[in-house]
Amino acid sequence: MNSPLTLPAICRSARAHVALAAIATIAAIVILPQAAPLYTLINVTLYLSMGVFALSLALLWGYGGILCFGQSAFFGLGAYAYAIAAINFGDTTLAAAMAMLVPAIFAAGLGYFLFYGRLNDVYLGVITLTVTLILFKLINSTGGDAWRIGTARLGGFNGIPNTPLLTLPFSRVPLTPAQMFSLAAIALFGVYTFSKGLLATRFGRAVIAVRENEMRAELLGYNARRLKLSIFVISAAIAGLAGLLFANSVFVSPTMFSLSMAAQVLIWVVVGGLGTLFGPVAACFALQMGTTALGKLGIVDPNIVLGVVLIVFVVFVPGGIQPALANLLARLSASRSPAGDGVAREVTR
Amino acid sequence: MSGNLLEAQGVAMHFGGVKALDGIDFTLKKGELRCLIGPNGAGKTTFFRCLTGTHKPTHGRILFRGEDIAGRERHEIARAGMGVKTQVPSLFDGLSVHENLWLALRTVRSSRDRETKIDEVMERVGIGALRHGILGRMAHGQRQLVELAMVVASDPELVLLDEPAAGMTDGEVERLASIIRDLNRSHTVVVVEHDMQFIRMIADFVTVFHQGRILVEGPVGEVLANPVVRDVYLGKKHAA
Ligand SMILES: Nc1ncnc2c1ncn2[C@@H]1O[C@H](COP(=O)(O)OP(=O)(O)OP(=O)(O)O)[C@@H](O)[C@H]1O
Ligand SMILES: [Mg+2]
Repeated sequence: MNSPLTLPAICRSARAHVALAAIATIAAIVILPQAAPLYTLINVTLYLSMGVFALSLALLWGYGGILCFGQSAFFGLGAYAYAIAAINFGDTTLAAAMAMLVPAIFAAGLGYFLFYGRLNDVYLGVITLTVTLILFKLINSTGGDAWRIGTARLGGFNGIPNTPLLTLPFSRVPLTPAQMFSLAAIALFGVYTFSKGLLATRFGRAVIAVRENEMRAELLGYNARRLKLSIFVISAAIAGLAGLLFANSVFVSPTMFSLSMAAQVLIWVVVGGLGTLFGPVAACFALQMGTTALGKLGIVDPNIVLGVVLIVFVVFVPGGIQPALANLLARLSASRSPAGDGVAREVTR
Repeated sequence: MSGNLLEAQGVAMHFGGVKALDGIDFTLKKGELRCLIGPNGAGKTTFFRCLTGTHKPTHGRILFRGEDIAGRERHEIARAGMGVKTQVPSLFDGLSVHENLWLALRTVRSSRDRETKIDEVMERVGIGALRHGILGRMAHGQRQLVELAMVVASDPELVLLDEPAAGMTDGEVERLASIIRDLNRSHTVVVVEHDMQFIRMIADFVTVFHQGRILVEGPVGEVLANPVVRDVYLGKKHAA
């Protein structure tokens, strides 16, 4: 019954979580490519890439306390960086690295201005949103032949349909959909584990300290601005990785930068539970499946449903899915054993 | 260079037309326990904020361990060895007492050492029972004690305490006085307080702030007996 920030407590619960995630990942990799039709497999790959995207904001907003309205900018930049580099280099390994590097560098520049300029949180939201809109407009207007980087045409609102698929290093053979699916599953697991581990380090806890009280953190000697910049850059790199996976399961297009993309990821984090990692991923999967099914039925606009879901959660389940479930579990086990109380808090952080 | 740990020279802090500090010259020797008193709005908290880097003074220099720290970054000043308990407790409200103390032990590398240190400080400040309590749900007096424990844990060379006794029960105040005296054996301490009883308990030397200036300073008995001090401070606040 230790408190969540103590090392043993974090390790105990985090280890258990990571182990469960590993089992789920292995099971999915072994079973799904055999059992599911190609269409489903590609769709699930898409969901996995979105899961990574959800984690990028879950980490930044939920733990760093930085509400970024333009997470889709990093997502889109990652995908475009990959596509452009892959077309120019003729090799995808280095291009995949660019998918994380370019958004990270962009975030470093933007974040330096945001955090070292001592802008307050409201401006941070407005500026990230504006930057995303500008990128969206900019990319949409690159339709002509003149808009090319090296040999890659940016393609305006059509995007880059001829994005090369990932290959294994030193190979020219593109990954099969089953391999791509496995890669996405491993990437999601990897980012989840990485995030869990990061939050247990001194750096991760300092980031949480800044979220809780920036002034107190500084009065204790923590460099709040550098911590915020660091988590911003890390989050951007993760969003870029999500963009890379997305680009390989669908294709690269300006909608990746769109406002609806930025809004979706916010909704996943709110619904899943701010300050949790598993919750936003679960919410992302559930809502994606839900909206896809609704889209097929064609009765209601999925976006309206998403909006309603958001409002319902904000009003009735303000903590999100994961804390609500953890509390429920704790209450169930508390009715049997008296030691259930501490569990709720351990899981919810 | 003199043997002063802290030396403020002509420190002024203006907020628009308000001169919260209007030329403060203040020196503190290593190992001292100093009390700052003065009526509401005298500038005591503002002075602390200038020392810790929350405000950049409009004028003046602040020499801490011989270096001018006026206008430096807050975390740099903290790392140079200054720790503060703010007037309104500033804590990590969503976290437990244990987590708050864990974070205060920034410079302790090994996690076993941290745990030992946390236990030690909790014992010393008498908050062992609060270990897993969440700060946001605690009473003011308890929050004061936890914040004090954080400052003690972070082990700064100069400890600044802004109204540490506010909101505490008599028993807690007694304990606080002994903690501060104990702390003073190894640290230089400055305490802002309104409670005269408490000041008599801990202080030898007192500085009186008034309207952004230092009115008088001297041994505690002398200062509290000074008619001018009684007039500006005790007269209004306590004689009634
Ligand atoms: N950020 C600020 N902006 C404008 N005026 C301020 C600010 N901070 C303090 N002041 C003013 O400066 C003066 C000194 O305030 P300060 O809080 O330092 O007094 P104090 O001695 O700590 O009083 P108290 O005993 O009530 O805590 C007051 O007149 C206050 O209104
Ligand atoms: Mg004050």
